[in-house]
Amino acid sequence: MRYAMAIDTRKCVGCSDCVVACQTENNVPIGFCRDWVSETVDGTYPNVSIELRSERCNHCDNSPCVRCCPTGASHFEDGGIVLVTHNKCIGCGACIESCPYEARYSHPDGYVDKCTFCIHRVRKGEKPACVSVCPTSCMYFGDLEDPNSEIVNVLKNRKFKALAPEAGTKPQIFYLV
Amino acid sequence: MKEELFVSGRNIPNIDPYLHIWHWQIPIYLFLGGLAAGILFLAGVYTILGKEKEMPATVKWAPFLVPFALIIGLFMLFLDLKHKMYFWQLYTTIRLESPMGWGAWVLMIMTPISIIWSASYIREVFPNWDWKFKFLYTFEAWVIRNRWYIAWPMAIYAVILGIYTGILLSAFNARPLWNTTILGPLFLVSGMSTGAACIILMSKSHEERRIISRLDLLFIVVELFFITHMIMGFLAGSEVQINAANLFLGGQFTVPFFVFVILLGLIFPAILEVLELIGYKMPIIIPAVFILFGGLIFRFIMVEAGQITRYLY
Repeated sequence: MRYAMAIDTRKCVGCSDCVVACQTENNVPIGFCRDWVSETVDGTYPNVSIELRSERCNHCDNSPCVRCCPTGASHFEDGGIVLVTHNKCIGCGACIESCPYEARYSHPDGYVDKCTFCIHRVRKGEKPACVSVCPTSCMYFGDLEDPNSEIVNVLKNRKFKALAPEAGTKPQIFYLV
Repeated sequence: MKEELFVSGRNIPNIDPYLHIWHWQIPIYLFLGGLAAGILFLAGVYTILGKEKEMPATVKWAPFLVPFALIIGLFMLFLDLKHKMYFWQLYTTIRLESPMGWGAWVLMIMTPISIIWSASYIREVFPNWDWKFKFLYTFEAWVIRNRWYIAWPMAIYAVILGIYTGILLSAFNARPLWNTTILGPLFLVSGMSTGAACIILMSKSHEERRIISRLDLLFIVVELFFITHMIMGFLAGSEVQINAANLFLGGQFTVPFFVFVILLGLIFPAILEVLELIGYKMPIIIPAVFILFGGLIFRFIMVEAGQITRYLY
């Protein structure tokens, strides 16, 4: 099992519903977020192209955050989901430094927090909160090892990219372009 | 033209707009670690060479600073933690992949060694010192008999500690300025140099100061070579590494780096040490203080500058 997400940058309208859904679902403290939407504008008017990306932890296969954690608080769960065990985390900040995506932050309670792919929902067979609320259905979540899954299908038929693959982290969030 | 912005709004403290998770505590921790490594390495080496008599400050007096430096350093690491009450988790896990983890263990070994080393000399400073318990006298006698054997692991661990202060940063692939293998040797040499400066400050023997000054001069030259090498390596690297080098070559850290680290922290004390060695009378305190100051500023700059370098996508 290898959970991953594919996000269609051509369908995303940048409404930030995914961000709000995540904050509500996971009780993210005010002023913080586990996912965010970035807009890259390329070119000058009138030849402009815009790419909207809903970004979050990439649940990398080769996670620098798991490697550098001195206590083992950052770890892999089933399906390659990267999680932080709160009462093992000492808040040293090494994982925040090690993440090329700046997807982790220091929770006001002290431990490090990040996207969990809504593992509590996924275990019940539901989709992550961000995916389930997306009004344009631009996000696909599923198991890369299941040949019949929606995500495998969409990645087969569309061109896609990952963020900063040169960092060697083997990110598992794919952006359909 | 390419422009990127967060349309969902994102202003997480210490992450946006620039990463700033490690504050002043980490540079001080790295500085004290390097300083301790430098002193213990030289103390170990001169003990192995059998020069305790000729080099009293190196072997006996400067190591008294080390337990304090290491304990304050560890306290700085503790201050940096955001989930402080769980700090003990560091010592219930051994994770060799994590530099922070094995560094904490190296310090756990180094601190008792440095305390034992200094304790074995304490009765030379305070002849009336009373150990109170007989077993402590027995242990002291054992340490004094076996100093030569203790000096070996002490010198080796000192090198590991010195290199660790650099590897703690260089292990982070995500921060291009840190992600260079030269950082380990560079921080080691810089630590040796600050350790030597401490010994020079504490030494009363002209000959000892002369020997350590010459050694320090060598450390400074090697450090300058490593810094040049590091910047050359970045300039020959990928875009993110070129951007990292440019922080020092015209970017926002150019002035503090060249003025405080290169000129005042390395070249100026090196010139004074050369003048001293060729016979001019110099107040030895000046180059030593500048080296310590330069070493501290160097770590502050590396920690601050490294955090703002990142991958582009």
